[in-house]
Order: sequence, then C-alpha cells, then structure tokens
Amino acid sequence: MTLMERMTMTDQPLLRVEGLTKRYGQRIGCADVSFDLYPGEVLGIVGESGSGKSTLLSCLAGHQRPDLGRIAYDGRDVLAMSETERRRLSRTDWAYVHQNPRDGLRMGVSAGGNVGERLMAVGARHYGDIRGKAADWLGRVEIAADRIDDRPSAFSGGMQQRLQIARNLVTGPRLVFMDEPTGGLDVSVQARLLDLLRGLVRDLGLSVIIVTHDLAVVRLLAHRLMVMKSGRVVEQGLTDQVLDDPQHAYTQLLVSSVLQV
Amino acid sequence: MTDQAYNFAYLDEQTKRMIRRAILKGIAVPGYQVPFASREMPMPYGWGTGGVQVTAACLVPEDRLKVIDQGADDTTNAVSIRRFFQRTAGVATTEATAEATVIQTRHRIPETPLKAGQILVYQVPIPEPLRFLEPRETETRKMHELEEYGLMHVKLYEDIARHGQIATSYAYPVKVEGRYVMDPSPIPKFDNPKLGNNPAIQLFGAGREQRIYALPPWSRVESLDFDDHPFEASKAAHDCDLCGAGHSYLDEVITDDAGGRMFVCSDTDFCAGRRAKGHRGRLSSEGVAPPPHPSPTRGEGGASLDAMVHVNDPLASSPPRGEGMGVGGADPEGTA
Repeated sequence: MTLMERMTMTDQPLLRVEGLTKRYGQRIGCADVSFDLYPGEVLGIVGESGSGKSTLLSCLAGHQRPDLGRIAYDGRDVLAMSETERRRLSRTDWAYVHQNPRDGLRMGVSAGGNVGERLMAVGARHYGDIRGKAADWLGRVEIAADRIDDRPSAFSGGMQQRLQIARNLVTGPRLVFMDEPTGGLDVSVQARLLDLLRGLVRDLGLSVIIVTHDLAVVRLLAHRLMVMKSGRVVEQGLTDQVLDDPQHAYTQLLVSSVLQV
Repeated sequence: MTDQAYNFAYLDEQTKRMIRRAILKGIAVPGYQVPFASREMPMPYGWGTGGVQVTAACLVPEDRLKVIDQGADDTTNAVSIRRFFQRTAGVATTEATAEATVIQTRHRIPETPLKAGQILVYQVPIPEPLRFLEPRETETRKMHELEEYGLMHVKLYEDIARHGQIATSYAYPVKVEGRYVMDPSPIPKFDNPKLGNNPAIQLFGAGREQRIYALPPWSRVESLDFDDHPFEASKAAHDCDLCGAGHSYLDEVITDDAGGRMFVCSDTDFCAGRRAKGHRGRLSSEGVAPPPHPSPTRGEGGASLDAMVHVNDPLASSPPRGEGMGVGGADPEGTA
C-alpha cells in the first residue's frame, strides 16, 4: 500500500491528543497540549531544553501517565487500555527511537538478535525467517550483511542509531516516536541518517512524532511543527510557515538563533 | 540419632509452616516463583540452602531420604546434607532411587524413573530464567506477569547465530503448562524431557534468592526452541565404560596424562544397580567384583584411575560444578 492510498483511505486522525497535562508536583511538565496526527504525517516538536517536549513524548508513548487529558490511537482510548494491551501496542504498532542508542538497544546481543527481538516478542519462532528479516532490515539501514553477528558495542554511533531504527521498524509499526534521533552525531553522519529516515518514512508511510531542538532536522523531515515553551504549545502550523514566518516572539527568537555557516 | 538440641529437621515449626505455604502456592501455580522468607542455614549459600529448607519442610519421620549431587550419592555436598538430616531429623536414608520418598538433588534428575508419592527437591542457584538478559527484578516480574517471553528466544537466537546450534546445554529454559517460563535449575538439558509428565512432585528451592517454585505431578513442560532448530536432549555419544548403559547421562573422566579418558554414568546408583545385574562396560574387569564408582570428587577409584580430573565433555558439557562460585547458571558465552 502506497502512502497516497493510505492517506486517502481515511481522513480519521491516527492519533488524537486533547488537553494533555503532566505536572511534577507544583511544576508543569507540559500543559494543555492538543493536536491531531494523520496517517503518513510527520509532526515535529521543537523547543529549548526544559520546554516539556520530552515529557510530552514520554506521555504519548506510555512511558509516563499524564495527569489530565485524552489520547486516542486509531479511535481507541490509550489511557484506558490495560497494561498488557498498551505494551503489545508498543511492540507492534508503535516504535520508540531513543536519543542514545544504548537506551534502545541490547548492547550484549548481536545486531541480528537486536532486530529479531521484536519479531520473537510477537511470536516468530522460525530461526531462518527471523534471520532473513533481520538481514533484510540491516540492508535497508545500510549496515553491511557481514556485521549481522557483531554486537552493537562494536558499531560506530551512527551505525548504532541506524540499527536502533531497524530494530524498531522490523514489525512494521504505524506510529514512530523519535527523541532527538540525531543528537550526539556529527554533521555528516546526521545528514546520512536524515536521508535514510526521510526515505523510510516516505516508503513505509509512517506517522512520526519527532522531538528535537535542531530546526534543520524538522525542516527536512517534518510536515507540521509545534513550538513549545515552558510546557505550553506557543505556535503550531506547517513547518515552512512556522520557520519562515514565525509569529510568536519565542519562535522568532528560536529561528533567529540558528547559527549560519 | 536425633540431636535433641534441634527441632525435628532443624527448622522450627513456624518456619516450616511458612515454607509449606509457599510450596502449596507454588504447586497451585506451576512454574511461578513464590517469594519466601528464606532462613540462614548452617551452610554457605550456593551449597543448597534453598533445597535444604524445602526438604526440611517436607520431611516426616517415616520418610526415607536420598541426596545426590551431580547424580552421585557420595560427593561432599550430598554426604553433608544427608548427614545433616540424619542428625537433625533422624530419618532413614538410602542411595536407591526407587526406595526413597524424598530426594534432594543438585543438577540431575535420577535415571531411574520416579513414581507417584516421591518428592524431588532441586537446589536452585538463580531461579529467574530471564536474569542474564534483563537484570531488573521489577522488569522480569512484569515480563512474567504479561507473558512477555520473547527475550528468552533472543538468547537461543544468539546461540544459533554464534554456534550454529542451540549451545545452551544446562539450565535450559522450559515453559510450564503453556504459561510460565521456568529455569529448571542447572540440570543438563538431557534431563529436560523428564520434567514433564512426571508422576512425582518436583519442588525447587533457591535460598539466597528466596524463591520456591514447583511442578505438580503430570505437568506439561516444554523446552523452548525454534521451529527449524528443535530442542534436542543431548549427551556424550558414548556408552558407560563401567555398566555399558547407552541411554544414561555421562561424565567424562580423564584417567591419565596421556589422553586416556573414560565415560561413566553420572547417576552412581543407576550405574551400580546395572553392574549388580551383571551389565559390563568397556573398562570394567570381567568376573571381578565391580570397582568402586569413580566419582570425580572422591578420587579413590581403581589404581589406573588415580589422577582423575573432571573435565567438561565437549559434546555435552556437564552442568557447572560450583553453583556458589561466580554465577551458577551463568551462560559461558556471556550473551547476557
């Protein structure tokens, strides 16, 4: 199914978030966040450190429970689901790419085992099939086939991040959460990774929520953009519109703070 | 003779009650690890403190106790635990599997089939099968709760990727009654098929880790595997050199420094029983009274068996010897 088919098939949002609020005691993590995410859409969340973007992402991905608000995935209320259901969802339909690949990978397990883990978690029990799929996915993220039995600790930072992406996408998720996927990589490796991500997102028709403080990343990947400050969304709209014609004072500051080479 | 300074079977009655409750719960939920308030026992952790507590809670004065260590009745661990219960409970002891009512074992299931009414007590170093893959206890409990056992197959996958086959040869994970994944204690995987459909009650005690779990009689127990790499109960491809048995689990024993070696049954009672019935192996002297069983840790076998060293059989490596040293169930490949 191509992206266009998938997008025209339904005009229902894949993820609907209403009034999401998370407090840490008296402090606000994020407050009153609402948005819709449609199939095949990439939503960027930008903001400075401490603006609540990571809190928001972890609430959406089910790592934290929000205090207020509703999250509906594919019409189902995520917060009302049992833990079994939610964890199954996060193994099959969802994926989460951590900023630090060490958080998302099993460093003591080979690359093939890392990619195969999600398959085995959903019941794959045929070694040959699992290995075949793992090899296929390593190829897609440009990791040489002869590295399949090496451990991630023998990989470079960029390879580890690509391996983490392969491990997440192998079960064909529909919604991917990414937390600073290019953080900590040097610029040439970043560029390759972004290229790869853009290709995968387009080919697989993924819906993505990507959190970053790097405006160049959202410029390349995101269709829509949300700007957060002090836990609140201060501006949202199409990426080009927000970046080229920022309305809110904070967004203007953010855009003008980017260093020019 | 019972030492009157102690209660029957060493532990006080309230402690035994507490342990029995844990055992009953374990039997009610096969394969589930029941926490219990493990007591300090007069022996070091790793020497069977869990098994001893379970045995103490099960013993009644009419019982006949057998204790084995790696299949042998006469190794240090087995002898000391047997003497412990002789002294504190005054129960009868035996070396014959068929005559025993309670059998405490370390790392083997006897070759002689067990029967209804018998209790087999295992000493367990690390009860959590997922431990070397997931170090967090909170997380492994959640994985058991939600039946998320994919990780167990990751370990088997790593085995095949590295060795071309499932190289896990002891403490081979099993699934009980289609629900809980369980560590069968470091028994060789040769013994895994005996876990299921067994008429005896099987109890597992881990003293340091404070867990008891159980297999009620006739439980369904499956060893985990892949469709294209099925489970195989392996052993050394030899016959016993003393009794000629071709279907028992073997220890490899080095007999000299010129490459001489022999394979003998690890189950001493089974081997002696066969020799008493006249079975002979490659190295047993015909017509002479059978030589004492060369258990590796005793080192007092026949003249030619003087300098015996126990080594791991490359074909079917025996379970690790020292469960207390380092990590008993540690996978030697370090896939954790």
